[in-house]
Amino acid sequence: MTDGSGLSASPFADYKPPMERGAAMVEANRCLNCYDAPCIRECPTSIDIPGFIKKIASDNLRGSARVILEANILGASCARVCPTEELCEGACVLHDLHEEPIQIGRLQRYATDPVVLGEKALFTAAPSNGRKVACIGAGPASLGCAAELAQLGYEVVVFEKADQPGGLNTYGIADYKMDYATALAEIEWVKQLGVTIRCNTEVGVDVSVASLFEDFDAVFMGVGLGGVSPVGIPGEDLEGSEDALDFIAELKTRPKDDVSLAGKSVAVIGGGNTAIDAVTQASRLGAEKVYMVYRRTRERMGAYAHEQELARKDGGIFVLESMPVEILGEYGRVIGLKCQKTRSDADGRLEPVPGSEFVLDVDRVFRATGQAKRVGFFETIDGLEFDARGKVIADEDGRTSVKGLWTGGDCVSGGKEVVNAVAEGKRAALSIHQTLEGAE
Amino acid sequence: MADLSCNIAGIKSPNPFWLASAPPTNTGYQVANAFEAGWGGAVWKTLGQPIVNTWSRYGAMDLNGQKIVGLNNIELITDRPLEVNLKEIYEVKKRFPNNAIIVSLMVESKREAWHEIVKKAEDAGADGLELNFGCPHGMSERGMGAAVGQVPEYCQQITEWVKEVATVPVLVKLTPNVTDIRYPARAAKAAGADGVSLINTINSVIGLDIDTLAPRPTVNGWSSHGGYCGPAVKPIALNMLSQIATDPETLGLPISGIGGVSNWKDAVEFIALGATSVQVCTAVMHYGFRIIEDLCDGLSNYLDERSMTLDELRGISLERIHDWKELDLNYVVNARIDQDKCIGCGLCYTACEDGAHQAIFSERRDDGRTFVEVKPDACVGCNLCSLVCPVDGCIEMVQIPNDFEPCSWEEYSSGEGVLAPRPTYER
Repeated sequence: MTDGSGLSASPFADYKPPMERGAAMVEANRCLNCYDAPCIRECPTSIDIPGFIKKIASDNLRGSARVILEANILGASCARVCPTEELCEGACVLHDLHEEPIQIGRLQRYATDPVVLGEKALFTAAPSNGRKVACIGAGPASLGCAAELAQLGYEVVVFEKADQPGGLNTYGIADYKMDYATALAEIEWVKQLGVTIRCNTEVGVDVSVASLFEDFDAVFMGVGLGGVSPVGIPGEDLEGSEDALDFIAELKTRPKDDVSLAGKSVAVIGGGNTAIDAVTQASRLGAEKVYMVYRRTRERMGAYAHEQELARKDGGIFVLESMPVEILGEYGRVIGLKCQKTRSDADGRLEPVPGSEFVLDVDRVFRATGQAKRVGFFETIDGLEFDARGKVIADEDGRTSVKGLWTGGDCVSGGKEVVNAVAEGKRAALSIHQTLEGAE
Repeated sequence: MADLSCNIAGIKSPNPFWLASAPPTNTGYQVANAFEAGWGGAVWKTLGQPIVNTWSRYGAMDLNGQKIVGLNNIELITDRPLEVNLKEIYEVKKRFPNNAIIVSLMVESKREAWHEIVKKAEDAGADGLELNFGCPHGMSERGMGAAVGQVPEYCQQITEWVKEVATVPVLVKLTPNVTDIRYPARAAKAAGADGVSLINTINSVIGLDIDTLAPRPTVNGWSSHGGYCGPAVKPIALNMLSQIATDPETLGLPISGIGGVSNWKDAVEFIALGATSVQVCTAVMHYGFRIIEDLCDGLSNYLDERSMTLDELRGISLERIHDWKELDLNYVVNARIDQDKCIGCGLCYTACEDGAHQAIFSERRDDGRTFVEVKPDACVGCNLCSLVCPVDGCIEMVQIPNDFEPCSWEEYSSGEGVLAPRPTYER
């Protein structure tokens, strides 16, 4: 791909590149330092945003990083992946002056990178209080929970079935937003707090749920979501048809030079942020045509407006009010996606338009139609309540129907931002702490 | 286009903008380029006894991402041979006969030495002379520069020596490193000076490198006090200018204004407080000679829009400079917030609550916005909220009419005046 000046850029190049000091100083000094700042209120982890920005302005980067990371242990990745346009930056009062909001995300990255990717630890584990907590899954919710508990003196063991910890952060976000190495470096930094992460260890397979309740004082479940469910149309088993998350994960873990989509055409099914990631990443890998096939109108898409704009700028072709009906193949490989136009009936229900079939000539089809809930796993936990849509039922503090079991993140929310997961993990940690303290 | 031509004490230039005696007027090459660019005059970098400079000479104060709001230097007078400077002065003057070349001078405090340098400068074609009684560093240790400017008697003595032989107008450049600038100005006038230039640079330590803890500018780890200039010193210059311009003893003495002039608006302020020509240095060191275009254009537009001449502008604000005891205590203003313009940043609330008089009310409204309003019975009209407000025209100071006659402290304390009631809000 090329940038506006015609220079070639890596398909994985940062789309919000790090700031140089001079630029960061100018930006930091634009911040008005509002009273009761609206940006803080929009941050799920309530970072003191004007506070950390003013510390950047005074070259107190370590202090700035501390403000951020005390509130949000994954502050470095959230700086990259948070939909700041919708959250803190969206609330900036400068909008009312018809000015660009402060680039809070980029400033946050400027402050946290040197600490998180650097050598000198900022926090240390508290002396042991003799209590142990297990976390299931090593995604953002568990990491948020574990980091908080470690700082309160708990021994925390995180069980992760994948090769590497991090969950969505490590595997599920397009590389130009969050690269694999940084995600892992950030987790190393959480580990410095004394958190033990046991990878390649699946709870329910390698370790029983029951043993966790026996061996630990409390259990936090941050298992997130599963893979993308099949759409349920013919041809999904063809070579070239895959889960969009697998596509993104593969890009992140394979050598960069191996991957190219030059000369290929791609269809992505879905209208959420993962679909956008797949569209933009495919486009940046050189795909000639990238279609985004979505059943409803653009207004109904789950993806944020700024994400849609990103996909559009990358050349994504929006095929709206269209549903896939069959993946076409030849010699076992994808050669096209057959779709049908849709419309809403009087009750707002979606219905296909008869005789409106058309075919997109594509070589790849990526499903981004929503991730499966881990109902199978939940069923193995005695007494765990979850709703009909497969979301675990928990109170505000993450307390589940099972004594000693807290939860947070996507398995409760059904899929939100990294920052929400960290916030929920942290809240659960504080609830666990209060409960165990009270038990004394 | 307004007529910008300038005549100060007989020194004529096509516009009032001169380069101050400093690095930008170090060579004939620079002065010629400046005149090409449109500068009206140049005060040649001070001629005097041979000196040697340090390596690393400038330190800057940056503020909130803005570079060089203040600059200091430990550079001394010209370090080029006298004969070379004189030859270049002659050549530039010949090439630009309509531009003013004022030659800055500083030699040891001996009558003969001054006589000699004055004659040489005049022979080279100087339109005027500027006696450098201001340089606060290096030269002052040798009994020159500020060491002279700080003692009115020396100031007077040397000016008299110069006036004995000078045939061109003589300006005396004053140091701000005194407790009362009026005394050296009076001394200069008494000695027959044709005008004064001010301010020279202010004694300063611009800062330290907090990594090495070495003061700046660093000469192999050490430093020295330097001369402070740039936008940050303008308020000090304006005050000293107005003091001389309003002092009965120096009333009407031509003034060349110096000190933080960066744009035409600064020049308007200097001229309105009595300056005839305006000298610029730091802004040129930052942005180059090209700034002259906007200096002239801006000043000309300003005068045209007001149908005013440069002469009419000069000194026009001096009658508004008074002692505090003469100000009207019954002139009442309150802050008023334009709610349509307010963006809800709450800066006014914080400033008033912590830094002023607790006269702003704030609450978080249901829509998530911070709502602020002035408590009229608590506002003392101090201005702070309007100064911190980032939105143009959002907070204005509105006059609150009352039935009381104007009353100054002088009138009040002598029993002649009656004060309007003050805010009664319980804090």
